[in-house]
Amino acid sequence: MGSTIRISNLCKKFGTFTALHSLDLEIAEGEVVCVIGPSGSGKSTLIRCINLLEPFEPQSRILVGEVPVEAGRNLEKVRADVGMVFQSFNLFPHLTVLRNVMLAPMRVRGLTPARAETRARELLARVGIEGQAEKYPGKLSGGQQQRVAIARALAMDPKVMLFDEPTSALDPEMVGEVLDVMKSLAGTGVTMVVVTHEMGFARQVADRVVFMDGGRIVETGTPIQIFDHPQHERTRNFLGAVLNH
Amino acid sequence: MDIFDTFFNVPVLIRTFPLLMSGLWITVQIGVVSIVAGLVLGMALALVRLYAARWLQVIAKLYINFMRSIPLLVLLIIIYYALPFVGIRLSPFMSAVSALSLVSGAYTAEIFRAGIEAIPKGQFEASSALGLGYRHMMVDVILPQAIRIVIPPLTNNCINVIKDTALASVVAMPDLLKQATQAQALAANPSPLIGAAIIYVVFLWPLVAAVSRLERSYGKADH
Repeated sequence: MGSTIRISNLCKKFGTFTALHSLDLEIAEGEVVCVIGPSGSGKSTLIRCINLLEPFEPQSRILVGEVPVEAGRNLEKVRADVGMVFQSFNLFPHLTVLRNVMLAPMRVRGLTPARAETRARELLARVGIEGQAEKYPGKLSGGQQQRVAIARALAMDPKVMLFDEPTSALDPEMVGEVLDVMKSLAGTGVTMVVVTHEMGFARQVADRVVFMDGGRIVETGTPIQIFDHPQHERTRNFLGAVLNH
Repeated sequence: MDIFDTFFNVPVLIRTFPLLMSGLWITVQIGVVSIVAGLVLGMALALVRLYAARWLQVIAKLYINFMRSIPLLVLLIIIYYALPFVGIRLSPFMSAVSALSLVSGAYTAEIFRAGIEAIPKGQFEASSALGLGYRHMMVDVILPQAIRIVIPPLTNNCINVIKDTALASVVAMPDLLKQATQAQALAANPSPLIGAAIIYVVFLWPLVAAVSRLERSYGKADH
């Protein structure tokens, strides 16, 4: 089985600050990878590099499928195949929920409005929002908005889904509904890379957990390896701080 | 002769009213053409200013700053009286429209730029992440949101353009102000000027009121 994402020697600087120090990571097709670590450890920067929302240093190389991630002709194609869900939802406020989901398949994939609408309604039903299709995003709760954002990304039939702290901006009582949608998605064979602070979710759903600190991957392993038998001091300290409350 | 005979002379006003209305028609023509041309120019300039190659951005900024600094009357005189010396001869109508749209385009560009910059970064990122190209991102996502923000200042700019059409009278355009000053000379009475003032106010008042209404309703809009 081939790797869906191949990252080698990924370096990223913000001015003089080095956010990522030469990362290497391969993610297999259908794999669910959770990236955990303290704030400022570079986890969001890492997944934002995968679809080039964050430009990286020239010696770095990222492949999605067989296509290199780089500015130019291929970029829109890579992005169309890589869905992303943001911490702050970023729904389009001037479009209804239905139109939010329909827009990119029509414009990028060339679907007819009728087909895009059928597909959008299916996806909205899958994330449990079918009743709100005609409303504007501003009328929905945070949890509902994030589920629409997931449907919007899925509408492109992506090979890979990136989640950038998808529950961090939610009220606590809405975290569960979003995680439930993500859990059901993990069972469908979509490759998922999830930056998260939800350790319970990572333990239960991830095939592999990546622990990052200081712009480096400190260790990776199965949830049992990382959560129950962490090898590194820094991993133990981090987990001790987030789990013992 | 009291003030009413001098400034509010009803027979004179009635007699010159058709003349003033023909002037208003010219004013509206100059205004509408200049506003539309200014909008197109302004949108293009704003996009260049934000997204074009660095040197084009600098040129756009120089143009914008120059057009915002030069008095409109000076620009109009240059276009109408100086350009013929280099072989460019524009009719009074074209001179007025050129001067007004060149300046209006500069102001409009700054309004559009502010509107686009007011759209949160997440909207650009979400569009990019979906694979939308630049054109679709602007047309489907960014500009529809920016338009809502820029409608009140754009309407203000329209009001200014229509008021500034009065300057066209210096290049012999028979606009509202020119007709009023001519009527004043013919009637030997300044009442037509008062008539023109009333027409300007009656004509622009609804636009001014619309701006306040829009500003209030967008202020309340929840996003």
